[in-house]
Amino acid sequence: MIVARVLGNVVSTEKHPHYRGYKILVVQPVDPAGAPKGKSILALDGVQAGVGDLVLVVDEGGSARSVLDDEGAMTVRTVVCGIVDRVDVEGKA
Amino acid sequence: MKLGRVIGTVVSTQKLESLEGLKLLLVQPLDETGKPTGAALVAFDVARAGEGDLVFYEAGKEAAQANPNGWFNPADAAIIGIVDAVNVEGRSAPAPKEKKAGSA
Repeated sequence: MIVARVLGNVVSTEKHPHYRGYKILVVQPVDPAGAPKGKSILALDGVQAGVGDLVLVVDEGGSARSVLDDEGAMTVRTVVCGIVDRVDVEGKA
Repeated sequence: MKLGRVIGTVVSTQKLESLEGLKLLLVQPLDETGKPTGAALVAFDVARAGEGDLVFYEAGKEAAQANPNGWFNPADAAIIGIVDAVNVEGRSAPAPKEKKAGSA
């Protein structure tokens, strides 16, 4: 899992049936201090996250299907599975 | 999933049976502002995308599962959807459809 910040969302009408009904979020992976790190990716929203939220993202198919409770969604891989309240790093918030 | 722009098509006649009938497109990965990131890749298309379209694609073994010919396929990227809009606060977002130079 990675910690990431939600930057926005993507609107798509024409898409694979496995992706219908889910919100697609643009998420930016961050380091433990909260600074952006690496390239942004897209993730389906499994926890009603919104723009600005710090979230947990899982980038693995089997876990993604569990989070969405949809074992038939074989092509789905990246899903937001939690909203982070706080990250503690050696005493720092 | 990642954002990308369809920049071309790939034509292959001699290929595995499981790839028969699939459209192969050349995709340039983009970041959320529309800036190219990294090298272009070949993805098969299940979203009926065309050249210039902004799309999102899946990479890895999950991409192979999108193949309508069956799940076990030698594919590691699939175009899953066509992007209508990208909403990113305070940043310019990529245009859904890039017009070709010289076209109206």
